[in-house]
Amino acid sequence: MTEIRARWRALRQAVGSRWDRQPKATKIGLLLVFVIFLYALPNRGFYEYLGLPLGEYIPLYTTRSDMATVLFQCGYFILLALGLNIVVGYAGMLDLGFFGFFAVGAYTIATLTSPRSKVFTEYNWLESPWPWIVALPLAVSLSLLAGVLLGWPVLRLRGDYLAIVTLGFAEMIRIVAQNNDWIFNGDRGIAEIAHPPGKNPDGTPIFLLDAKPYYWLVLTVIIAMVFLIRNLARSRVGRAWVAIREDEDAAELMGVPTYRFRLWAFAMGAGIGGLSGALWAGQIGFVNASTFRLEQSILVLAAVLLGGAGNIGGAILGGFLVIYVPEWLRSVGEVFGLPETVRIAGEPYDVSATNLRYLFFGIVLIVVMIFRPQGLWPNRRRAAELKDREKEAMVGA
Amino acid sequence: MPESPIEPQDASERDVTSERDAAPDARATVGVPPDPPEGASVPHPTPGRTPLLEVDDVTLRFGGVVALDKVNFTLYEGEILGLIGPNGAGKTTCFNAMTGVYTPTSGEIRFKGQKLSGRKRYKITKMGIARTFQNIRLFPEMTALENVMVGADAHHKTSVPSALLRLPRYWQEERSGRERSRELLDFVGVRRHDEAARNLSYGEQRRLEIARALATQPTLLCLDEPAAGFNPTEKDSLLQLIRDIRDTGVTVLLIEHDMRLVMGVTDRIVVLEFGKKIAEGSPAQVREDPKVIAAYLGVPADAA
Amino acid sequence: MNFNELINGFPVLTVTGLTQGAIYALVALGYTLVYGVLRLINFAHSDVFMIGTFGAIWTWSAFGFDANSARPGVAQALLLILAAMLVAACLSGVFAMLVEVSAYRPLRARNAPPLAFLITAIGASFVLSEGMGAFTNRRQFGVPAMLPTDPIIKIGSWTVTPLQLATIAVAIVMLVALDFFVQRTRFGRGIRAVAQDANTAALMGVNKNRVILLVFLLGGLMAGVAAVLSDMKAASTRFNVGFLIGLKAFAAAVLGGIGNLRGAALGGVLLGLVENYASAVFGTNFRDFVGFTVLILLLMFRPTGLLGESLGRARA
Repeated sequence: MTEIRARWRALRQAVGSRWDRQPKATKIGLLLVFVIFLYALPNRGFYEYLGLPLGEYIPLYTTRSDMATVLFQCGYFILLALGLNIVVGYAGMLDLGFFGFFAVGAYTIATLTSPRSKVFTEYNWLESPWPWIVALPLAVSLSLLAGVLLGWPVLRLRGDYLAIVTLGFAEMIRIVAQNNDWIFNGDRGIAEIAHPPGKNPDGTPIFLLDAKPYYWLVLTVIIAMVFLIRNLARSRVGRAWVAIREDEDAAELMGVPTYRFRLWAFAMGAGIGGLSGALWAGQIGFVNASTFRLEQSILVLAAVLLGGAGNIGGAILGGFLVIYVPEWLRSVGEVFGLPETVRIAGEPYDVSATNLRYLFFGIVLIVVMIFRPQGLWPNRRRAAELKDREKEAMVGA
Repeated sequence: MPESPIEPQDASERDVTSERDAAPDARATVGVPPDPPEGASVPHPTPGRTPLLEVDDVTLRFGGVVALDKVNFTLYEGEILGLIGPNGAGKTTCFNAMTGVYTPTSGEIRFKGQKLSGRKRYKITKMGIARTFQNIRLFPEMTALENVMVGADAHHKTSVPSALLRLPRYWQEERSGRERSRELLDFVGVRRHDEAARNLSYGEQRRLEIARALATQPTLLCLDEPAAGFNPTEKDSLLQLIRDIRDTGVTVLLIEHDMRLVMGVTDRIVVLEFGKKIAEGSPAQVREDPKVIAAYLGVPADAA
Repeated sequence: MNFNELINGFPVLTVTGLTQGAIYALVALGYTLVYGVLRLINFAHSDVFMIGTFGAIWTWSAFGFDANSARPGVAQALLLILAAMLVAACLSGVFAMLVEVSAYRPLRARNAPPLAFLITAIGASFVLSEGMGAFTNRRQFGVPAMLPTDPIIKIGSWTVTPLQLATIAVAIVMLVALDFFVQRTRFGRGIRAVAQDANTAALMGVNKNRVILLVFLLGGLMAGVAAVLSDMKAASTRFNVGFLIGLKAFAAAVLGGIGNLRGAALGGVLLGLVENYASAVFGTNFRDFVGFTVLILLLMFRPTGLLGESLGRARA
């Protein structure tokens, strides 16, 4: 076992140093090829081109759900993971209500762009529904503002208290949304949300029912985000976040305005969450109070930790796995003829992978924290921090 | 700022503790006064008499414990002031009060004429007070260079928007910060700039802390037992470093237990015992003061 | 804001509030015990409570009583309730210990940072609730009626039903018992020692892990008993019933002073009362709000609560 791990580590290091040695042009070229590969993913023809199909079954291609939809879901989830990664991974704060910002973004888009929204039908605050693209910046700004408003009183708290308070806040918002007919319309929700703009050459709108354009849109947004977040991490802001994580008091005494930067982290995470929500709302066309479910916050957390907190690649990997793996399992199950519901004593039980997803990732959270707290794709610094703590324990510090 | 007096003698770096002393002639040419004879107090050019930090009748209570009791002294610009006293005298408490970590229960601490109490800690650093820690508090996983750069960032204005969009200010501050940090690391004698802080030797770590504090461009540098755990050679090296720091225009406050170091480098000394100031003056005066001797050595039984 | 309802319904609101508060108090004990010893918020405690509620239903169902059954005679009812409490307490206790052994102990062995404990706590909570959800198909389950509903005490406009009386009585008994256990027994001393200074306690011969296990067991037992009472009060349960009650019980624990046993009791009762009064004044939609608001305000402004942290000290 250790043989295999040693070989794997050696391989990773070899690949890593090979990559580092390449001239910049080659790196960019390879990245470009990879990006094109990503854009080609939803096309069934692409897999056939690669010669992957085994008869009816195409490995890696999900069949129980539409592949493009699955990829889009991965996409907005990866965005969420990227946002939460800034809060948890970089600044080291546990936000259990993160999904609330997603809801803020989604609901903003809904109330501003849907002709069924009460803003137009009942209260007449605005003349007519806005286009999606116009409501988008407002959605992101409101989420950012929500992040500041929530973070401002709460960020001075200790880790565990912060976690509970964010949890409480998110629940309160959900209760308000559910019980309130004012704008949110409770469980009945808001339908007919506008889609992103754009027309095909033949006049039909690009963003309609087919999930592919949405996937490409979210992929573009992800690439832009990765670029921006990387800029942030490799600047004094990123340095400040690491310093805060490693020794907050010392950081403050060295002139780091810890509170301000933590608030920034919180706000940025919130903004990205809202962006993700806005994109999702544009695709799905309908939101209601069940958009706010707590389980989703936990799932995003699991994604970030599983992938590797504090690491952009880790967040992407985690976000991808959390959505893709259950779907992929369902497709595999279909090939082998596994049922999605079983009858036990006359009662139908839904045992599809997507329903058991939360149970599974709850277990994953525990297992990852015990055996590999730095995640699958660790940030080198984080991994070193955790290794040191383990060693301290063994020496009996 | 005086240049590091020597060039690295070999590419691979081992213990750098006596590196700075390797070429005394070089030092002489830079204009630094030579080392004093062992144990003697150094005749310094009189420091300016402008008060920099005023501890004004400060009392600090923790519940029922009186850690500081009406402590009163002034720190002048350009001097090296030593703060000594037996264990439990309140030196670190006084230190923490002077760097804004604790708020006095009564009395006032003024820096450059302005009250310290009630200010946020990072603002106090920006006002010009920097410190090191008794039990080294570096950022262990960051490299030496990054540690110092965090200090240099104290006065940088780059914030999230500039960093996100890579505005000109970001490039400027990043470059100047990096250059300054390298200079400071060389000044204190840490050569492994890109090594993780926790991998550095003890001596390097202590000096790295000083470099990091210096990066915040302080007017006053507070050193909390900087020589703890050093051997005599390392202490001599440190002594010289402190003098070099003062020569760059930084005032130094020093808590130390090693009497030779304190007597050898300070201009004045304040002595605390049980939270009260019991003596103040030049090293020679303090050394002879019977109250100080009693505090450290105790009073002979028959003199009760 | 409807103050009339508060004034008119004051007796009813108070009794109901005390009853609900008793349940919160019992659950809050679990949070406070674990926090006092480990400085950890045991998120999974709420789901341990939930498992207790199912334990009660299963017990009653084993004796042939389900949501549609007729009410049993008083003697039989009391026996059934006792049986359910035994089963629920054991089930909750066992699961509480399981959580400690599988989620927290391995982390302590690895000297994990505090954030890691929080995360496994959430993970454990999820595993329990989602597991039960999958197991029960996320259905809601009705609870058989046990006790007669006519008030048993009537003083002016103050009425107390048998269930309310039982709840308050049981809670008082359990609280006194626990208090006695922690103050007067050898095991209780061990708990207080570990709460104050775990390393020194270990040096004095206290088995830290065993004490911790005991603490989880005690919390689980309390939660199991509370679960039975809650079942009878709410008349139904489902896989995610723990979340809301858990959050409120935690708020109660913080209100009283987290780590403080008597504080948890006080906090629970206070929260139950305030919740009821507030729902009369502001409307029932806002009942849950009260718990959250209290929690958030407390944590921000007075995290030590009313009686302060003190599991370690002799006078809790």
